[in-house]
Amino acid sequence: MKQVLDFEKPIVNLKEKITELKNLTEHSDIDLSEEITTLEKRLAVLEDDIYGNLQPWDRVQMARHQQRPTTLEYIEELFTDFIEFHGDRRFGDDAAIVSGVAYYKGRPVTVIGHQRGRNTKENLKRNFGMPHPEGYRKALRHMKQAEKFNRPIICFIDTKGADPGKESEERGQSEAIARNLMDMAGLTVPIICIVIGEGGSGGALALGVGDKIHMLENSTYSVISPEGAAAILWKDSGLARKAAESMQITSYDLKKLGVIDTIIPEPKGGAHRDVKQQAIYIDQVLEQSIDNLVNKDSHTLLENRWNKYKNIGDFGQI
Amino acid sequence: MLKDIFGKKRKYASIPSEQAKKNIPEGLMIKCSHCHDIYYRKELHKQLNVCPTCGYHHRLSAWDRINGLVDEESFVEWDQELVSTNPLGFPDYLEKLEKDRQKTGLNEGVVTGKGSIDGLPMALAVMDAGFRMGSMGSVIGEKIARAIERAREQSIPFIIFTASGGARMQEGVLSLMQMSKTSVALERFSREAGLFISVMTHPTTGGVTASFASLGDYNFAEPGALIGFAGRRIIEQTTREKLPDDFQTAEFLLKHGQLDKVVHRHDLQQLLSTLIAMHQKGGQPS
Ligand SMILES: [Zn+2]
Repeated sequence: MKQVLDFEKPIVNLKEKITELKNLTEHSDIDLSEEITTLEKRLAVLEDDIYGNLQPWDRVQMARHQQRPTTLEYIEELFTDFIEFHGDRRFGDDAAIVSGVAYYKGRPVTVIGHQRGRNTKENLKRNFGMPHPEGYRKALRHMKQAEKFNRPIICFIDTKGADPGKESEERGQSEAIARNLMDMAGLTVPIICIVIGEGGSGGALALGVGDKIHMLENSTYSVISPEGAAAILWKDSGLARKAAESMQITSYDLKKLGVIDTIIPEPKGGAHRDVKQQAIYIDQVLEQSIDNLVNKDSHTLLENRWNKYKNIGDFGQI
Repeated sequence: MLKDIFGKKRKYASIPSEQAKKNIPEGLMIKCSHCHDIYYRKELHKQLNVCPTCGYHHRLSAWDRINGLVDEESFVEWDQELVSTNPLGFPDYLEKLEKDRQKTGLNEGVVTGKGSIDGLPMALAVMDAGFRMGSMGSVIGEKIARAIERAREQSIPFIIFTASGGARMQEGVLSLMQMSKTSVALERFSREAGLFISVMTHPTTGGVTASFASLGDYNFAEPGALIGFAGRRIIEQTTREKLPDDFQTAEFLLKHGQLDKVVHRHDLQQLLSTLIAMHQKGGQPS
């Protein structure tokens, strides 16, 4: 069963009608081809209108779409010979983060990403893509290995946030995230981060310190969920739609705020409509980033990384 | 014994007197909110707001903290002119900032500068939970990053006292990015063997805990301080777990291996002095 988002309903309804007319034409003597052509034209206009004017809240729905491609699907499309490795060597293995090595256009790379489930069973296994400390520590272990063997690191970001729970606090969720931020800053290999779904707060950022930060067009990146923001700002989580606008969390907002490098386009209707096409769009940006970064010496790489982060923020003087 | 530690007069050099006046509380007497004993405000102030009866560590303003810590006349403030703007255009944000400037006498939720303890120079950042609950916005990130950079350039230690309610909502993702900005600065500092000591005070939560507060070469906390990543209520709602009474206290973190030491406020100065001396070049005391 495909998930239909509210704002897409007019499109789905029209599509159903067209299918109905086509069936009718096929199975009877009535020729409805003229009507069908008219409706198909109207559909094209409607799709352009709806998908061309997505509001922040619509994009939040897109970013959370049940069928939205996850890290593992992009790995399948973009890399060859992916081998997943497990465990942080300290506590356990966190299925909310996948991590391993692969080839990207013949070059060995380390690939890491948040991993959501595609259904309830998977989500339980993967904790809805919300990592525990051991997930971040596993990621860091693999990043250090990438540095040792001089492999670029590619991170896919897709999480509501780090796991909020008693055990996560006991095992140092804060320290795990903080350590990733600091140690990623010092890795002497290129790091390319791509937000593919939800970029939720510190839990997203812990895979997000790099040389290039890209976002899929309909992904989000925020300090708190729209629901959480609404609850804090206006004591009403029902105002999430308004918060999604006020908090400026879309790819276009982040580009404007100077946080990300590139907005990666999505196929009409979202990444889930055509994962292969989406992978091609990602591929184009990824290849460019890697080409641009692999020949930089480590000193230049780290200086550039510092300058990138140093300049994020907005303040004045009195 | 207290007198030995705090008997020396310690004053800051650069703060305007009007700001100093604001730190003098009104009312002669004060009741400890913890044990309900009543004290002269002055007396409590002299004890750095630690209750003489129950030892509860009451909130300390950034300037009271600095005055109680550094050598007299040694502190020179940095970047005090930096103020928050309204990057996302939140309707009432600028008014809220102005209100807190009036209330605290501070321009933002952190005071940074250079000072010394027992003659040992250091870069210091002290957050103040009285300003927008110590929430982290662009100015806090910028001032801390600059302080770290100056510590690196001058080869002096960097000491921070954290206090934060979490993210500055009105600055959205720019608030989040201060976590990475300060962490990247700390990495540069650490790469050059800079000494960084983090002292977490009540409350230290959210993005501040998940960045610089947890990245010290030594991580300390004051007794009873609330320190955590996710809020207690969020955890209870999400997991329906029963949380222990001491959950997310300094003592809880110590027990779970997340802190080097829980340190009484009256012992901090001595500890910092000893540690900084131990990290002078070649490990020789100055
Ligand atoms: Zn008391």
